[in-house]
Parts: sequence; structure tokens; C-alpha cells
Amino acid sequence: MIQLKGIHKTYFGAQPLHVLKGIDLDIAEGELVSIMGASGSGKSTLLNILGILDDYDEGDYYLAGTLIKHLSETRAADYRNRMIGFIFQSFNLIAFKTAVENVELPLFYQGVGRRKRHQLAMEELEKMGLTDWATHYPNEMSGGQRQRVAIARALVTHPKIILADEPTGALDSKTGVEVMQLLKKLNSEERITTIIVTHDPNVAAQTNRIIRIKDGVIEE
Amino acid sequence: MLELIAEIWQTTKRNKLRTSLTGFAVAWGIFMLIVLLGAGNGLLNASNENNNRYVDNSMMIFGGQTSKAYDGLKEGRQVSLDDNDLQVTQSRFKQNIDKAGAIINEGGATITYGENYVSSSLQGVYPMFADVNKTKISAGRFINDIDIRDQRKVLVMPENQARELIPNNAHALLGKTVKVGDMAFTVVGLEQEDKSRMSSDVCVPFTTLKTIYNRGNRVGRIVFSFHGLKSEADNEAFEKRYRATINRQHRAAPDDEESIWIWNRFTQALQMAKGTNIIQTALWIIGLFTLLSGIVGVSNIMLITVRERTREFGIRKAIGASPASILRIIITESVVITGFFGYIGMILGILANLYMDATLGSKPIETGLFTTTVFVNPTVGIGTCVAVTIVLIIAGTIAGLVPALKAARIRPIVALMAE
Ligand SMILES: Nc1ncnc2c1ncn2[C@@H]1O[C@H](COP(=O)(O)OP(=O)(O)O)[C@@H](O)[C@H]1O
Ligand SMILES: [Mg+2]
Repeated sequence: MIQLKGIHKTYFGAQPLHVLKGIDLDIAEGELVSIMGASGSGKSTLLNILGILDDYDEGDYYLAGTLIKHLSETRAADYRNRMIGFIFQSFNLIAFKTAVENVELPLFYQGVGRRKRHQLAMEELEKMGLTDWATHYPNEMSGGQRQRVAIARALVTHPKIILADEPTGALDSKTGVEVMQLLKKLNSEERITTIIVTHDPNVAAQTNRIIRIKDGVIEE
Repeated sequence: MLELIAEIWQTTKRNKLRTSLTGFAVAWGIFMLIVLLGAGNGLLNASNENNNRYVDNSMMIFGGQTSKAYDGLKEGRQVSLDDNDLQVTQSRFKQNIDKAGAIINEGGATITYGENYVSSSLQGVYPMFADVNKTKISAGRFINDIDIRDQRKVLVMPENQARELIPNNAHALLGKTVKVGDMAFTVVGLEQEDKSRMSSDVCVPFTTLKTIYNRGNRVGRIVFSFHGLKSEADNEAFEKRYRATINRQHRAAPDDEESIWIWNRFTQALQMAKGTNIIQTALWIIGLFTLLSGIVGVSNIMLITVRERTREFGIRKAIGASPASILRIIITESVVITGFFGYIGMILGILANLYMDATLGSKPIETGLFTTTVFVNPTVGIGTCVAVTIVLIIAGTIAGLVPALKAARIRPIVALMAE
């Protein structure tokens, strides 16, 4: 599903920072993988490249057999929309939209009609046990609920991969466990390839495979 | 589209104060534009109405004084138009001149009917005078060809003067004999009064007046209507030709421009139209500049909005929003805000115009000598409203363009890190 060959990434700030120094990685369809490493080791950088949110300087990245390289913003947006579901540490819901409107948004960008969109979003919220919260705004919900809305939004387009950057980082340990169980369940039931960045060993332990990054390379 | 509007409502709701302040600038700009154009139209309509009193395609010729020495004669010689000039005018310019006539005036005539009298002045005219001057006859008829041929003692009197003679029933004067000085004249017509000009003269046949007052071969002014002179250049060429012909009759230099005076109402109307265009263009420019501050305001508020919503746009892009769709959001928002407040300004402006129309519009102003209207129908037409709508859409697009491009260029990772 994912194939990385010799990926390099340098941030050109005040001082150039060579973050990824030749990443080689294969992730098969349906895998549940975690990426671990020290803070600042480049985990988020790698995930952003996988999510086509950022460019890389060298190497090749194949996603579901398609070479992802030098895409226009419009193409990148389209690929993200159809193939990738994002789950962020800080949820990243749109504050002035209700739960169901947030979940509908990716479908809106696919051009799905209003009614169909609403129906699909409600189905997804139901799976998360949030039917009663559909018309609530994010600031009326708990962290766990918000993260489940975010997961519903990531899943509503039936993406090929789920990318989660510290999905439990902003949650208390109990809700964190619940969210992890949800992600595990989705992975096993719907066979969606899932990649979780974390520095929590308990989270990593629940995945099938742990990838460790150190000094810009992978040491498995 | 409905969803876009709903979304715009959601976002502007959060910035009510700022949006309404900016909106006020736009509304004010459009309000000024509409009021200015309306007032301008009012003035122009009024001056058009005042000018419509004359037939456009006519000229009046006055005698003058030579300004050049010519043919052995010195400059400064008086030139008076005479029978020969009228005859030349009638015969040599058939190509362009329809009907030519002349006018002579005789001031200070007392007209008596029974006990009553009115002091007036006489003008001897040809029948064509009624057409050129748009004289409106309210009873009876105007001077005709037989009057001219037989030098009849008939006259056409303005109604207000007739009222002086028979106070209750001016029309009863029709057919009656009145005395002009000590000569008897028959009243054959009454002229509807026109308050917008100075008191009119009593009209008598040209030939009658000329004989009675011993004017010899003098004809006073020559007047004629013409056709086939479409452009200013045509008119100039004709005037030059005409002037040369008449000057030759008086041994004046053919190109002497002061020997006779030509008052061409057609070129005057052309110049009026030109002036009208200039005024209207100027009003548009003033209005648009007023609107400009509104546009800058909207552009500013959109820039602030974009900065505040950076993270939101990052999220949207991460889940699949194309740059074009972000561009569309901002531009539409800008156009909707501009359009919404612009229309408020437009409606207020139209109301202000209607108010002006009700208070000042068509209200005659008494100058003592004559009455005139400053404002006639000071409103703008549908055409202007359509033009303003287009202006608003363009203005909104311009206002939104820079902020929208900025929003569309936001990189999702940068946006997601913003807070
Ligand atoms: N946009 C950026 N510009 C410059 N430096 C960056 C940028 N993003 C991250 N970095 C730097 O790159 C390194 C790796 O960052 P990151 O991938 O976020 O690490 P992690 O997620 O493993 O903590 C850090 O030192 C960080 O400061
Ligand atoms: Mg990180």
C-alpha cells in the first residue's frame, strides 16, 4: 500500500535542518503500524509526507501504486480527499460547524449532494455512538467525543489509509485507551491501513508493528 | 450557492461590528453615486426641457459690424439684413434650407380694447416662425401666407395679455377688433403662455409691420429651418458658405465672422449633449472614488478574515479542498458583502432621489422675469441600477482578489501549525 524509497527531507530555515536522511519503508494493505521516536526526530515530518501535506526532496513515494511526487496543489488535495483520512492530536474540527457538518465536509469536496452527504455523515457518527451529538458544536463536546467526530470525518470517504498524529496526545488515559480500541477495531473490521505516530509505548504496544525513527533513519 | 451564502452568514456573524462598519463604507459609496447621478440627471433633464422649446435644426441670423477692411471699405461698418438677404437665403440654399423667414420687432405698442389696454411689443413674423419657435396656439390660428401676401392687419396675442383686455374670458377676444396705437387689428389667434420665457410679443404679419412702420428694405433677423446637416463639420461648412454669400451682398470679406452673427441651435444642442456626457462621466468618477474607500475597507476585512481563518483553510485543504474552492469562498464572500451593503446604499439613494423629486423636482422657481425648473425628474433609470450592480460585483471581486489569492496559497502544514 505504501512504499518509500530513500526519502530525504531538509527544512530550509535560518539553518538548514536535514530531518529525514533516506527513509525506506513498506507498509502492506490492512496493516496497523505505529511510528515511534524521540521528540523532534521527524515523525510528524514523515507522516506529513505520507499524507501529501508536504513535499520531500529526494526519493520516491508510492501510494497504492501511484507515484506521489511534485503534485499540483489541486491534485494533492484530490488525492488527500479520496485516499487519506487524517486524525490530529488537536482534532482540527471547524469550530463554527456542527459535528455532522464537520463530517460532511470531505464529501462536499467530492461533490456529493447535500442529502446523500448528510445521510453518510449520520451513518458514520452513529458508528461512533454520536448520533445525539450530531447538531452540537465542537466546543460543546468532550475531548474524546471530538476525537471520535474527527475519526468519523476521516472515515466518511472510505480512505485507503488512516494517518493519526498522536491521536491520544490530548486525551486523558482512559479516553485515550477508548480511542485506541476504536482505531484497532476499525483496522480489523474494515481492513483500513492505519499508521499511528506516538511516543506512548502503551499505544505502540497495541499495534502490529512498531517503526522507530532515530537520526533521520528507520531502525526497526 | 445557498450553502455558500449560509456559510458566509456563519462567518460574518462572528465579525458583526467590523463587517457592518465596512459595509457602511460600501453603502455610503453607492448611496453617493446614486444621489449624484440622480441630481445630475435632474439638472440635465431640466436644462433639456428648457432647450426643447426650440426646434433643433434651425438657425437665426443677426446683422453685425464688419471686422475687416475689404473691397475698398473700412472695417467697423454696420451690416443690416435686408430683403435681398432673405431672398438669397430662400433661393440659393434650397439643398439645406426648408423655409426661411424674417422677424422684425417694434417695441412699445399699446393695445386697447374698450376701456382696457395693455402695453406690449410687436414682432412681424412669417408663418414658419410658429414651427421654429414651437409656438402653441390655444385658440384660433397663427399668421398665415394670405396674411403676409395681403398685409392684413391681424395679430396673435399671448393669452396672458389677452386676459388684461378681457379679464374673465380671454378667449372671447378671438375675432374681436383691438387697437394697436390707433390702428385697428383683428385678433385671429391666442398663444398659450409659456412661463419659462420672458413675456412674448404680439405677432403680426411680417409684411404688415414692415409697411406700417416704414422699415424700407430692412428685415431685422432672418430665421430658417434646415435639413441634411448631420455633423458639426457639416454645420460648420454650411455656415461658412452661408456667411460668405451674405457677406458678399454687403461688400464684406467672405470670411468676416462679425459682419453677421449665426445662432445655430443644432450645434448648440450638440454641444449641450457633449456637456451632458462630460457631466455624467464626472459624476460617475466622483461616485466611483467614493466607492473606492469602501472597496479598500472590504479588502482589508477580508485580509483579516483570511488571517483569522488560516487554520480553518488548512483543515479544509487537508481533507480535500482545492485552492480554487478556497478562492471561491473568499471571492463570493467579498461579492456578497459588497453586494448586500451596496444594495442597501442603492435603495437608500433611490429613496433620496424620490424625496428630491417630491420636494424640488419640477418645482418652478420664480425669477421675476420668467420661471424655470432646476430639477426635473432627478432619478436614475434601470440602466444605472444594472450598471451599479455590475460595478458592485466587480468591486467585490477586486476587493476579495488579493485576500483570496493569499488564502488559496496557504500551505496546509503551515496552516495546521498556525493558531
Ligand atoms: N516547517 C518547519 N520548518 C522548519 N523546521 C521544522 C518544520 N517542521 C518541523 N521542523 C523541525 O524538524 C524537526 C522534526 O520535527 P517533527 O517532524 O515535528 O518531529 P516530531 O514530530 O518527531 O516531534 C524538529 O526539529 C522541528 O523543529
Ligand atoms: Mg510531532
